[in-house]
Amino acid sequence: MITVALDRSDDDARPWIETAKPTHPSLIDTRHVLADLYNIVNVPTILWIDEAGRMVRPNDVAFGTDTFKHITGLEAARHLAALRAWVRGEAAALPEARVRALQSLPTETDQQARAEFGLGEWLSANGRSEAAARHFTRAGELAPHDFTIRRGTMPMRGVDPMGPEFRTMLGEWVKAGNPYYRPLPE
Amino acid sequence: MFTIIDNGRASQVDEPAGTELAKRAEAAGRPVAIDPAERVAYLGVTASDRAGALSSLEAPDFTLPDLDGRLHSLSHHRGRKVLLVAYASW
Repeated sequence: MITVALDRSDDDARPWIETAKPTHPSLIDTRHVLADLYNIVNVPTILWIDEAGRMVRPNDVAFGTDTFKHITGLEAARHLAALRAWVRGEAAALPEARVRALQSLPTETDQQARAEFGLGEWLSANGRSEAAARHFTRAGELAPHDFTIRRGTMPMRGVDPMGPEFRTMLGEWVKAGNPYYRPLPE
Repeated sequence: MFTIIDNGRASQVDEPAGTELAKRAEAAGRPVAIDPAERVAYLGVTASDRAGALSSLEAPDFTLPDLDGRLHSLSHHRGRKVLLVAYASW
């Protein structure tokens, strides 16, 4: 297992990592390198990668526990059972054609949004928060489905990512008929 | 001075050179974000490059630090099954 925190800083991720005391690599990705490479648009996002380095289950939403089940409606047990069976070699992962069919690939607009995010992140890290906010806003307008941008930049914009601004954003998104989490259909 | 962020690395160039680099990247179809007032440009990666890599089903390699600053690469885990988990404190 490799975990990657799409967080503003080491310090934002530190309490979670220090509490969990993981024995696997537990990495920090302040620039959203992983989101750009894998077209990740929300957390948690999981992928299965086999011994040959091939993706055998594309981006999916899965939780390790049922802590947030009352909010997400997603149970941990189903994914954990499938994961264990695959790791033990009791069940095959998805066939290649199915992986491709289930993959979501980035559009040019998504990549423009990521460039705006990248610029905003650099500006924010260099203390130019007002300029950074312009680009985070633009990125969110370009990719309204990308919550690594819309919610993930809230700490950099001085906004509480669990607070009223997030709840309003989520409410409007869901009211317009869009799901916040998009787990794979199988 | 002008800052160009390309492939995640920031470098300083003079302003005409910076705007020229940004223009050239745009002409090559790359996503480019510019802040003229701050004199910074970020050169991104095209959707076709990213989509092509993902469609190959070969997991894109990455190198990222842990809390101690030690770097880890996905490719070092070749030969083992990997559950890759992206999460966040938010």
